[in-house]
Amino acid sequence: MPYSADLDIRVTDSSLRDGSHAKQHQFTVEHVRSIVGALDDAGVPVIEVTHGDGLGGSSFNYGFSHTPEQELIKTAVKTAKRAKIAFLMLPGLGVQDDIREAAGNGASVCRIATHCTEADISVQHFGLARDLGLETVGFLMMAHSQPPEVLAKQARIMADAGCQCVYVVDSAGALIMEQTGDRISALVAELGADAQVGFHGHENLGLGVANSVLAVRAGALQIDGSTRRFGAGAGNTPVEGFAAVAEKLGIRTGIDTLKIIDAAEDVVRPVMDGECLLDRLSLTMGYAGVYSSFLKHADRQARKYGVSGAEILIEAGRRKLVGGQEDQLIEIAVALAGKREQA
Amino acid sequence: MTKATAAIVGSGNIGTDLMYKLLRSDLIEPRWMIGVDPDSPGLKRADAHGLTTSADGVDWLLAQDERPDIVFEATSAYVHKVNAPKYEALGIQAVDLTPAALGPAVVPAVNLGAHLDAPNVSLITCGGQATIPMVHAVSRVTEVAYAEIVASVASPSAGPGTRANIDEFTKTTSRGIETIGGAARGKAIIILNPAEPPMLMQDTVFCAIPEDADRDAIAASIADVAATVASYVPGYRLRAEPQFDDPTPVSGGLARVAVFLEVEGAGDFLPPYSGNLDIMTAAATKVGEGFAQRIVSERVPS
Repeated sequence: MPYSADLDIRVTDSSLRDGSHAKQHQFTVEHVRSIVGALDDAGVPVIEVTHGDGLGGSSFNYGFSHTPEQELIKTAVKTAKRAKIAFLMLPGLGVQDDIREAAGNGASVCRIATHCTEADISVQHFGLARDLGLETVGFLMMAHSQPPEVLAKQARIMADAGCQCVYVVDSAGALIMEQTGDRISALVAELGADAQVGFHGHENLGLGVANSVLAVRAGALQIDGSTRRFGAGAGNTPVEGFAAVAEKLGIRTGIDTLKIIDAAEDVVRPVMDGECLLDRLSLTMGYAGVYSSFLKHADRQARKYGVSGAEILIEAGRRKLVGGQEDQLIEIAVALAGKREQA
Repeated sequence: MTKATAAIVGSGNIGTDLMYKLLRSDLIEPRWMIGVDPDSPGLKRADAHGLTTSADGVDWLLAQDERPDIVFEATSAYVHKVNAPKYEALGIQAVDLTPAALGPAVVPAVNLGAHLDAPNVSLITCGGQATIPMVHAVSRVTEVAYAEIVASVASPSAGPGTRANIDEFTKTTSRGIETIGGAARGKAIIILNPAEPPMLMQDTVFCAIPEDADRDAIAASIADVAATVASYVPGYRLRAEPQFDDPTPVSGGLARVAVFLEVEGAGDFLPPYSGNLDIMTAAATKVGEGFAQRIVSERVPS
């Protein structure tokens, strides 16, 4: 069954949320206005705008926002003519009042993320979002770390709480082809008509588009990407690349391929500090199964303490850190520096 | 009779762990454990240790001829809100281990002596007990305009109550960072990590400090307060030296100090990785002993 009469699947662009990591949370009102304008014109149906770590993410631990995210949400809502504006929130970091404020500012899609074994901390937030009349999406983060049947059970918790689409979120960019499809299939089988299934991919092993196609074939109705890969780690599934592939495969996304290719080059790229690359650190993240948002933090601590960023990330993988534990990267860097002095 | 008597209300993991700590106390005699489920393993354990147990709830306890001097509430915020007025009406002092936050907040290393005659004191949250002493350690040396804590807790040690109402944790802890820790503004973050074997509770405390603050004095104060907490929570320790950072755009233009903590539980009943729960029962014991000393000293000799 297609997503709607007009669309086989629905794409959400996360440049202005996941891209916040790559931008070290320094987005301005002008950045949001230009990117939302271009994506909306290209037919991207949903655009996510928030601090990279979701509502309330502006902090020492994740980096302070240049401009308050609620201001950015207001700008996005005002700019978009057709697209819905979405926001992300992580229970334990943001609170319900943040959801109320974002809803009051006109955002209409509430995306709630938990580590993929901890879905039960999102129940009260989904309840509130539905009470506010928001469309709801659930994120099971670091989905590579659990087998399909575990993810399906966690997806059930979110759906029962009021989540309308549960995403398999490959936060580490570590899923490989069939591993994606198997997870999507398990969720589709569990949720049936109760909720849709989505996929959020990263490029840390270079598989964002390929994994997304497999996700669609396995029954995913919503796909995330970021135009020009503007996101954490090696970046997200490139929306322009996915739109082109989808068009050739006859999958209707509603996105004008030529327009989004132009938007990527002419509008999004100029906002980026640099391209999101599959370089040593981001490939290490996909290889070691590390949360993509750790990239800039590991890089910063590596420079401060004169240690290897790759070693920080591998230790983060060995410790099985989950999203949100950026503070631990500092302690790892201090410990690595201490070891080097002893040697 | 040199001990104050106590009842533990709530026969779950926290209540049970607390019982083992109170059984070792020189100042408190844990005499009752109250639950709501006759099959509760906690009630059976309490029974085996000679406590009087009942599954008929607080109303049973308060209808007895002899009543406790002190009640330790290890139920839920909701239940404590119902029970607290009943304790107060009978003059029973309550130590609240739930996030209800009805009474003044107490962190033994910071303000143990401040509320010894309060009818009800709140232990805030586990993250608050672990991190507020560090905020206090910095704020007694220099101005702290903003403090932020990140509590990482092993998934199996976060119970259904915490999970169902995680906003209570962040809000109650944030307020404690301000009122007890002495920061002008506080923020709390909690992360649940399912790694196997389970990780020890780890907390990071970030405090904004003036650029020209005396960093040696701050580091010394942190070590000093950490030792005070360790005197009643033996598994409380610094994982690294405090780390200082100059202002950057990502730090919001603020200089900061970062403190890295680890809390290993004593393993009285709960496994050692549950440092988050151990620090609550250890703090409750310490606060209860403060109450007990006052109660015993004010007793009219018979």
